[in-house]
Amino acid sequence: MQILVLIKQVPEMEKVQFDAEKGRIDRKSAGVEVNPFDLNALEAAVKIREKLGGSVTALTMGPKRAESALKEAAARGADRVFLLTDKNFAGADTISTSAVLSAAARKLGDFDLIIAGEMSVDGDTAQVGPQTAQFLEINHAAYVSEITSVSENEITVNTSLWEANYSKTFNYPLLLTVTKDLNSPRLPSFKDKMKARKIEVEKLDYEAVKNQLQVKEVGFKGSPTWVENIVVPQKIERETKVYNKNETEKAIADLKEILAAKNLMEA
Amino acid sequence: MADKNKLLIIAEYSQNRIHPVVFELLNKGRKLADKADLSLSVLIAAADNIENKELNELIYHGADEVQLIVNKNFSYPDEYLFKKAILNFLDSKQLEIILIGATHFGRSLAPGLAAAMKTGLTADCTELEIAEDGSLLQIRPAFSENILAHIKSNTRPQMATVRYQEFTRAVRDESRKGKISIEKITLKENKSLKKVEKISDQKINITEAEVVVAGGSGVKTREDFKMLQELADIFNGVVAVSRDIVDKGLMPRESQVGYSGQRVKPKLYFAFGISGAPQHLAGMKESETIIAVNTDPSAPIFKAADYAIEGDLYEIIPEMIKKYKKS
Ligand SMILES: Cc1cc2nc3c(=O)[nH]c(=O)nc-3n(C[C@H](O)[C@H](O)[C@H](O)COP(=O)(O)OP(=O)(O)OC[C@H]3O[C@@H](n4cnc5c(N)ncnc54)[C@H](O)[C@@H]3O)c2cc1C
Ligand SMILES: Nc1ncnc2c1ncn2[C@@H]1O[C@H](COP(=O)(O)O)[C@@H](O)[C@H]1O
Repeated sequence: MQILVLIKQVPEMEKVQFDAEKGRIDRKSAGVEVNPFDLNALEAAVKIREKLGGSVTALTMGPKRAESALKEAAARGADRVFLLTDKNFAGADTISTSAVLSAAARKLGDFDLIIAGEMSVDGDTAQVGPQTAQFLEINHAAYVSEITSVSENEITVNTSLWEANYSKTFNYPLLLTVTKDLNSPRLPSFKDKMKARKIEVEKLDYEAVKNQLQVKEVGFKGSPTWVENIVVPQKIERETKVYNKNETEKAIADLKEILAAKNLMEA
Repeated sequence: MADKNKLLIIAEYSQNRIHPVVFELLNKGRKLADKADLSLSVLIAAADNIENKELNELIYHGADEVQLIVNKNFSYPDEYLFKKAILNFLDSKQLEIILIGATHFGRSLAPGLAAAMKTGLTADCTELEIAEDGSLLQIRPAFSENILAHIKSNTRPQMATVRYQEFTRAVRDESRKGKISIEKITLKENKSLKKVEKISDQKINITEAEVVVAGGSGVKTREDFKMLQELADIFNGVVAVSRDIVDKGLMPRESQVGYSGQRVKPKLYFAFGISGAPQHLAGMKESETIIAVNTDPSAPIFKAADYAIEGDLYEIIPEMIKKYKKS
C-alpha cells in the first residue's frame, strides 16, 4: 500500500495570543505543533502499513520551519517526508493549497490512499481534504471515525453523515479525512526520534508542479478568497454569580427560583 | 424575474426530511437576495418524489423557485454522486451566491463543488452580509474559534457553508408563490463506492435540546451519569459530555460538546466537573444560561458561567434532584 498523509504545522492553540485591537494573531506568542487531527491521520497510515506493507509518505505545504513537523512525522513512522515550500505558494486559501497538494501527490507517486485530518485547528475549514480529492478526481470519505477493515483491494470505514453513521466500502484510490475518534496516536520512542533526526526532508518548490499548475493557480494569486479583516470577538461577558463552598444550599434554592422564572422547571 | 441572477441554496434531504438548516438559510438567503437584487432558488437532490406539500414549504419560507432532482441513488450520502449530479444542474452564469448548510454532509460536499467550479468557498460561516460593493461578506470563526475572519471571494459564484442554528428559521407565509420543478435524472453509478450501509441512527441529538446537562472528568463512572440523566429528565433535557469522557469510553461521541464535537446553544447548560478548556467552551459558550459546578474555584468554566457553584457534584446533583423534582 502506498499511503500519503497530509500534514499541516499549526500554532499551539492553547498558547497563541490574539491582539484584539489590531485584529492580529501574534504567531510568535506560541510554538508550533503538528495539527492534532493529522497525528490521527498518520497513525492510521502507519497501522495500515504495519498490516499490509508498503510505505507512508508525509507531505506538507508551508514555510521552511514546517520541516520540524515533517521530522516529527518521520519519528512517528513516516518513511519519506516532503516539504512544499516556495514564495509562490504563500498566501494560499484552500483551493490553491489543494491544487498544489494534489499536483505534488500526482508527482510523488501512485498513492492508493491519501489521509488528511478532519480539519486544521488554525484554518478550521475541513476543505483541503475534499478539495484535494476533487483535483485528483477520486472519491473521498470525510469524518471517518473508524476503519473497520482494510485489504489490498478495498477499505471499509465508518463515517457520520446525515445525522447517522454509515459504513462505506471503497476501492482505491481514495482520500480519507479522519476524526480524533479513529485512534490514539502513539508517542515516538527515543530511538525513533534519533532516527528521524537523520531523515532528509525532501523539498519541492514551484518547479516540481509547474507542469501541472500555472503560477497564477498557486498561492495568493490562485486563491479566490481572501481575508478582508480579522476581528477578535468580544468575550461574552457574563456577570458571574459565585457561590462558595458554604453556600451550596443557598445556590440550589436560588437556582430553583431562577429556573422556575425562566419556565424551565417541569410544571 | 427570469433574468435576475441567483442566490442558490443547495438543500440537504436526509432522514426523510428537509434538514432544518435549510429553513434558516431561507431566512438569511431571502434578506441577502433582496438586498443584492437576486432571486432565491433551492436545489434538492432526493431518492423519491418529495411531496409537493413539503416543497411548498420552501416557497412559503421564502424561496422563489424550487428544483428537485430525483434519482434512486440519492437514498444514501455519496458525495461523489451528489457532486456530479448537482454540477450538471448548475448554470454558473447566473449564479451569484451558493449557500449550503454546514452539516457534516454539507461540509463534505461543498468543497468538491467549489473546487470543480474553481470558485471560492468559505466554511462554516456564522454571519453573512452584502457588502457596499454588492459582494458577499462571509464571516466565520477561525483559529479554533478565537477570531472572526471577514472573507470575500473574487470569483463567482461566491460559496459558503453556514452553521446550523446560527440563524433563526424563516417566517412562514402561506400566501407566497413560487415555481416548483421536478426532474428524474439518470446517473452513472459510482464504481469506487462498493457498498454503503446505514449502521445506526444518531440516537442522541444534543443540538436541539433546550436543556443540556453536561458532565466532564469530574464524573467518574458510567453509572454516575444516571444521576445526570435523572436531573436532565426533570427539565426534559439531554445529557452531554466533555471529550475526556468520550476518550475514556464512558459515553458515545454523539454526546460530546465542543470544537471537535457538537455545538449547542440551549436555554440552560449545566457543566458538572468540566474545567472549561477553550475547546469545550467553543461548543457551549453561547448558551443562554450557564450553571457550572466545580470543586476548583479557579476552574476557567466559572468565568464563562452565569452561576458558579463551588462544590462536589456528587453532593450537589442529588440535592438538586431532590429540590427540583416535582413532588
Ligand atoms: C484539537 C482538540 C480538539 C478538542 N475538542 C474538544 C471538544 O470538542 N470538546 C471537549 O470537551 N474537549 C475537547 N478537547 C479537549 C480539551 O482541551 C480538554 O482536555 C477537555 O475539555 C477537558 O475535559 P474535562 O473538563 O472534562 O476534564 P478536566 O480538564 O480534567 O476537568 C475536570 C474538572 O472537574 C472538576 N472536578 C473533579 N471532581 C469533581 C467533583 N467531584 N465535583 C465537581 N467538580 C469536580 C475538576 O476541578 C476539573 O475542573 C480538544 C482538544 C484538542 C487538542
Ligand atoms: N498546507 C497544508 N499542507 C498539507 N496538508 C494540509 C495543509 N493544509 C491543510 N492540510 C490537510 O487538510 C486537512 C484539513 O485542513 P483545513 O482544510 O485547513 O481545515 C488538515 O488536517 C491536513 O491534513
